[in-house]
Amino acid sequence: MTTIANAENRGAQTKNASANERGYFVPQVNIVETKDSFILEAEMPGVSKGGLEVLLEGNELTIVGHRQTGVPGAEPVYRESSPRDFRREFVLDPSIDTSRLSAKIEQGLLTVTLPKTEKVKPRKIQVTG
Amino acid sequence: MKLIRQNSDLWNWSPVDQLSTLREEINRLFDSPFGELTRRMELFNGWAPALDLHEDKDNLIVTAELPGMKREEIDISVHDGTLTISGQRKYEEKNQDAEPYRSERFFGRFHRTLALPKPVQADRGTATYTDGILTVTLPKTEEAKPKQIQVNVG
Repeated sequence: MTTIANAENRGAQTKNASANERGYFVPQVNIVETKDSFILEAEMPGVSKGGLEVLLEGNELTIVGHRQTGVPGAEPVYRESSPRDFRREFVLDPSIDTSRLSAKIEQGLLTVTLPKTEKVKPRKIQVTG
Repeated sequence: MKLIRQNSDLWNWSPVDQLSTLREEINRLFDSPFGELTRRMELFNGWAPALDLHEDKDNLIVTAELPGMKREEIDISVHDGTLTISGQRKYEEKNQDAEPYRSERFFGRFHRTLALPKPVQADRGTATYTDGILTVTLPKTEEAKPKQIQVNVG
């Protein structure tokens, strides 16, 4: 019903092999629904406010995080983290008021608030008579 | 990384239509960073943040990906040449009426240890936490630092 349906990897799957090599890292997300909005949290360690892009095109939301990798002036010895930038796409449900999106990033955790339109919010109906 | 190639001959015998969905699923699984399989397995022992080790002339520098935590939730210790980073990420109930819609993030305890390749002065170590990255800087002992050897031409 209320889908902010997930379009993850859609781009990645249609890309050819050469484009995939410098592909993106798909961040892990949590999405919760409240009375007034959807709240999306995405893990983007190493991304500062300046390295973050939140793009809205029609009902498609794209989050991109450019990360700082490595330690300046030091040699890598052992590495588990990915050097790739983060990217993920979402298709937003029509119940979301795309004109009122807001985003913040704190300690590598991006939080996007997607408010619902007034129309779909639950209302109490006064009973008269 | 693809486990099964989309155009592999091995698959040509099969009724492709029926298998393609499954195949896409499998490909998607192995395309995902580090493989979702390993992450799923981590469910049983909590989660394991990615660790990197760097070295410069004077220090060993360990970085750990710990997005969305608080400083006080992270413990760092060095014992017998082993660095331990542990802690607990608590699930925050920000909204009383919030209903989970998609849950991919890990919460709970984590514990990582790393055998340090060089002796360090643990008591002089420092740590910072910025943009969800924990950086632990451990100065090497004097013996472990590279030394220039003078060559006397005689």
